[in-house]
Amino acid sequence: MKIPLVYNLRSIAQRPVSTAMTALGITLVVAVFVAMLALAGGFQAALVKTGSPSNVIVLRRGATSELTSGISREDERVLATDPRIATGADGQPLISPEVVVVVNIPRKVGEGMNNIVARGVNEEAYAVRGIHIVAGRKFESGKSEIILGKKIVPRFAHTAIGDSLRFAGRTWLVVGHFDAGGSALESEIWGENEQFMPVFRGQVFQSVIFRLKDLAAFDEAKRTLEGDQRLTVQVERESVFYAAQSGMLTRIMTVLAVMITSIMAVGAVFGAINTMYASVSSRTSEIAVLLTLGFKPRSILASFLAESAAIAALGGVAGGLLALPINGIVTSTTNWASFSEVAFAFRVTPGLLLGGFVFALVMGLVGGFFPAWRASRLRVVQALR
Amino acid sequence: MKLFPLVFANLRRHKLRTVLTILGVALATFLFASLRSVVTTLNQGAEVASASRMVVTHKTAIVFPLPMSYKERLATVKGVEAVTWANWFGGTYGDGKTFFAQYAVDPDTWFAMYPEVGVPPDQFEAFKNERTAALVGKGLMEVFGWHVGQDVTIRGSIYPGDWTFTIRGVYTPTVRAFDDRSFMFHYDYLYEHTDHRAIPGWFVLRLSDPSLAPQVAQTVDDMFQNSSDPTKTGTEKAFNQGFITMWGNVRFLMNSIGMAVVFAILMVTANAMMMTARERTGEVAVLKTIGFTDRTLFGLVMGEASVITLTGAVLGLGGAKLLYGGGGVTMNGMLPGFDVTAGTLVLGFVIAAVLALASGIVPALRAARLSIVQALRHVE
Repeated sequence: MKIPLVYNLRSIAQRPVSTAMTALGITLVVAVFVAMLALAGGFQAALVKTGSPSNVIVLRRGATSELTSGISREDERVLATDPRIATGADGQPLISPEVVVVVNIPRKVGEGMNNIVARGVNEEAYAVRGIHIVAGRKFESGKSEIILGKKIVPRFAHTAIGDSLRFAGRTWLVVGHFDAGGSALESEIWGENEQFMPVFRGQVFQSVIFRLKDLAAFDEAKRTLEGDQRLTVQVERESVFYAAQSGMLTRIMTVLAVMITSIMAVGAVFGAINTMYASVSSRTSEIAVLLTLGFKPRSILASFLAESAAIAALGGVAGGLLALPINGIVTSTTNWASFSEVAFAFRVTPGLLLGGFVFALVMGLVGGFFPAWRASRLRVVQALR
Repeated sequence: MKLFPLVFANLRRHKLRTVLTILGVALATFLFASLRSVVTTLNQGAEVASASRMVVTHKTAIVFPLPMSYKERLATVKGVEAVTWANWFGGTYGDGKTFFAQYAVDPDTWFAMYPEVGVPPDQFEAFKNERTAALVGKGLMEVFGWHVGQDVTIRGSIYPGDWTFTIRGVYTPTVRAFDDRSFMFHYDYLYEHTDHRAIPGWFVLRLSDPSLAPQVAQTVDDMFQNSSDPTKTGTEKAFNQGFITMWGNVRFLMNSIGMAVVFAILMVTANAMMMTARERTGEVAVLKTIGFTDRTLFGLVMGEASVITLTGAVLGLGGAKLLYGGGGVTMNGMLPGFDVTAGTLVLGFVIAAVLALASGIVPALRAARLSIVQALRHVE
């Protein structure tokens, strides 16, 4: 027969301080666990969102990032004639030849400069990349005008509409801010490709991005373009390309999170073991009474395990709640593929919270096992003496 | 002093509890030392920078190269003793998963600029005399299991194609925090094989007097201000620090996790101390009855807490020092010279002392203030 859970809950309430301290230890472990994975997850999500599965990115063969790539105007014209490119609402093919460079602009808070990606695009890029203006207007063709991703605005100086930024030997007027659904594009400066090209790297684009008419035509497009004798290009699905860019940093962050929290978890488990042993030894006679009443040792084991798990669950919930407010907080890191800053938001997902809770339960069960085992092995005669 | 046996006897009473608590503290201090060492090692990377070296990069961004003609003009600036230059090659080797830096350098001037790069003279000669030779860091040789004389092919991304080099020398940094995972080859080779398109990525200057740095920076940047390639000149330290901020707010992250760790373990230790004290209420009353003073009892409990946390700290901090001190742990070469500094050890012990105080104070006060009559009433 099972011992009612109420017995355990009341026992826990009997020792509020000791219970709270054990639970608090677990709380902190869970909070760190959730927060660190939310960091890794947020960074990955920002980069994954940058690419769309229906877009194709064309780079020079062998290039590992947009910065190390180069596509000549002639090649771009060849690419633009591909029949698999979708047509936009204005009747133009949805293809965006882009100039990608890194510029150094001053931060708003504190001193110092930071690297930011500057991307020169054409009129179709808004549709191809799925961005929209949230303030101001689009840049006009032929003018030294730029629009800024909305995550740059609070972090850097001279980013309000009407301000001007100076880079590449020219002054650029800020005419708009844009939203890109939380993707890494929100950490970029956009201007017209024909304006960026002469002041940066000469008559060459870094990448060409186009929308596929038919998602399934990707393999065919890749085969045709990579096999074209006139071109030396590599063709990738945009979503796959950007996800790969986040790979290394996400991996490092995840490994770090798991390493740090496992070491912390061992400490928390030690705490749970101590608490439960103390709990068992101070309740020796109680346990003996339960055994005398006819409860099986198995039930005692289960009961104490449940008690330990309940304390841990308390800690798990508190840890999740503690980590929850960081959801959405914007932080930044350097994207190692472009040597420039990417702002992204911590991302606390329900799955992550559930993971933290399960982690807490595991700590509780592991910490409670040996004390519960000892409780179930008690001999009635000795215990009642 | 004569109370020590009593403290140890108390510790031995719940052996498992004592051991677990000590291990808990050991884990916390170990983690603290590891996290803090990441920050100190990154800073140390900037500290190894020589005060007499300056780096000249393109003003817009480091990815833009600078014309070779700047070399002569930089050499004429007052206070500049030597000039060298390098190019970032940015290639991949094998499956491309292991990242390492490759530079095209000018052998004569580069190695004179960086005495930290220790190369045996015969290997350096062999490297210098062969156009396709490469000079590789000791750490990188071990990563790939390369040997001197081997041909390695690197796939270029900035400079497309397969590039084959012959390893002719291995360098061992004479300063611990200096990177030992770089791959260096002849600038001339790069220049010729790119149809003379490659131009220097950055210049390095050596000053006759480090105090001239601000003037030199000003002179150089003014000199090229109105050219198509304006420059940004800074000390090597500032240049290195620029790369540290690439890690984002590591300091903040490491410190907040460190705080959480210390706090979590404080809970565990304090809890253990309180449970211990509670179990001994009757005993404390007996000790008081036979003449132990309040102060002695306070000391007994504090002594117990101190022994636990300090033993834990010795284990944790000592373990971290032993593990990292050998220099084997470099996080994939990203943290050359990863080690626990003396400052970290001191701070670790301070934290342990605070931990002892914080976890022991409540139970110790309780023991000191215990009223004998009240306590003994419960003793059966």
